[in-house]
Amino acid sequence: MNVHAVRTIYMYELARAWRTLFQSVVSPVISTSLYFVVFGAAIGSRITEVDGVAYGAFIVPGLIMLMLLTQSVSNAAFAIYFPKFNGTIYELLSAPVSSFEIVLGYVGAAATKSVILGLIILATASFFVPLQIAHPLWMVVFLVLTAVTFSLLGFIIGIWADGFEKLQFIPLLIITPLAFLGGTFYSIDMLPPAWQTVTLFNPVVYLISGFRWSFYGLTDVSILASLVTVSAFLAACLAAVWWIFRTGYRLKA
Amino acid sequence: MDDGTAVLRDTDTGAGTVAEAAPQPDRASQRPGSALHITGLNKRYDSGFRALEDVDLDIRHGEIFALLGPNGAGKTTLISIVCGLVTASGGTVAVDGHDIEREFRAARSRIGLVPQELATDAFAKVHATVTYSRGLFGKPPSPAIVERVLRDLSLWDKRDERLMNLSGGMKRRVMIAKALVHEPRILFLDEPTAGVDVELRREMWELVRRLRDDGVTIILTTHYIEEAEEMADRVGVISQGRIIVVEHTTELMRQLGRKQLTLHLQHALEAVPPSLHAFGLELSGGGRELTYTYDDTSDRAHIPELLRALDAAGIVFRDLHTQQSSLEDIFVRLVRDSNP
Ligand SMILES: Nc1ncnc2c1ncn2[C@@H]1O[C@H](COP(=O)(O)OP(=O)(O)OP(=O)(O)O)[C@@H](O)[C@H]1O
Ligand SMILES: [Mg+2]
Repeated sequence: MNVHAVRTIYMYELARAWRTLFQSVVSPVISTSLYFVVFGAAIGSRITEVDGVAYGAFIVPGLIMLMLLTQSVSNAAFAIYFPKFNGTIYELLSAPVSSFEIVLGYVGAAATKSVILGLIILATASFFVPLQIAHPLWMVVFLVLTAVTFSLLGFIIGIWADGFEKLQFIPLLIITPLAFLGGTFYSIDMLPPAWQTVTLFNPVVYLISGFRWSFYGLTDVSILASLVTVSAFLAACLAAVWWIFRTGYRLKA
Repeated sequence: MDDGTAVLRDTDTGAGTVAEAAPQPDRASQRPGSALHITGLNKRYDSGFRALEDVDLDIRHGEIFALLGPNGAGKTTLISIVCGLVTASGGTVAVDGHDIEREFRAARSRIGLVPQELATDAFAKVHATVTYSRGLFGKPPSPAIVERVLRDLSLWDKRDERLMNLSGGMKRRVMIAKALVHEPRILFLDEPTAGVDVELRREMWELVRRLRDDGVTIILTTHYIEEAEEMADRVGVISQGRIIVVEHTTELMRQLGRKQLTLHLQHALEAVPPSLHAFGLELSGGGRELTYTYDDTSDRAHIPELLRALDAAGIVFRDLHTQQSSLEDIFVRLVRDSNP
């Protein structure tokens, strides 16, 4: 194991986030705050409570997930797309590093950024609404698992993308709608029964449900289903990454 | 495989096939084995284009090897396969005895690559990007080595500069620094002096010599023939994906180098006198220039005869000069001869 290389990639990527601090941290925090103002304060004044939880507090886990998903994907996608785009990928490919080590460095750094961001948003939220966390350990497990899984997905997208449009396409057209329709702002039993069934095909529902359970002990779907879904998604991403490096897809001629 | 011999094709100089290269004063170190050993290498791109066909090549430890070839010959493809950027379609490559697939760590950690294209992270700072390269190649951090490399390349003053603020030549230096900072044993320079000013080119040649003195094997591609002629211990000529010749630089010049003796005559001639026909002279310059073309190795002895014959024919010359074909001429001829 080339430990120096993994650490080097990891630290370099984190340093890059520091360079783009505003983009990496400040803008998600601002947009989350805006969600609180619009949904928490404006709409929350009408809805007041969902399953016994104040609406403002109810949407916090979903909002964190929303940010976690989109930021993990776009961070990791950009991190690997960037060297492909400016040509510096040659160095990575010619270095004595295995594909596993490359993934560990890049995905590790992207996931770290997302987790930190998630915690920052959590801290921001605590200014707006009173929060309680029933299962802190599980909260961290969901946070990390989700960050890693979606950073992997982002990594795959970054390798697949051969233009900036594609790089933004997936986060914008797939992740954001799935997250919005995943129960961030509502409990799925507030939907008509037909839509409830459709919703069960949305993997993000399981993530948000599991994550919200770690806060308030309430679930839309069983906690086991949530864990299985995240794990299955993680396994699928790992398989895709393994295939990419084995075939050199979009990396080697 | 004996890399001292090379298969040469017959050429119009009549040099013939070279059976055995003459023993050369060998500047390369005497380490056994080869720095780079390539057998039967093939590359077919997805487009179906065959960029390399059955390439065999053996590079010794510590030598400077120049790979010459026209645009699209396959030089970059060859280097890219060795360095792991392109997957070979067939054949084997071993770096210092380590197969590039099975023992990729051992193979790659010995290699430094300066690619043909400038590729830099515009936002990174010089010092940071060079330090990064060392870590990526698995070496423990060493501010002292980073500093030495930066100083060697006159980059120390620019260490806190972002790459986007550097000139093209400076960026190229940074790429060289990145390739050297993990202390490679084999350095690939893909057209190191393309688009580089005279000053930097000379510095680069000095750097290459210094590295060679430290025992680093250097493989460079270039379009500047003087560069190969001046720098390289051996030259490999590649055309259309095939290696046409591999030879010691001086030997190649000796065997294929044509010389021309031009005589500037006192009085113009109408035609070459019959007594001189055996020499195959050419008359030009309005009858005032006689040119004798000869093969450097075998025909030298005919010059005194020619001069005597000229004297006998009463031809007086007021000046003479000789010129030797450059590697460029040789190269153009080799390529032409291999594609009849
Ligand atoms: N990714 C690719 N897909 C298809 N063909 C390619 C690819 N890369 C290179 N080629 C082709 O392979 C041939 C060899 O290219 P290569 O870059 O190795 O040449 P070169 O000798 O380095 O040329 P130059 O002196 O111009 O740098 C060229 O005809 C080129 O068009
Ligand atoms: Mg090239």
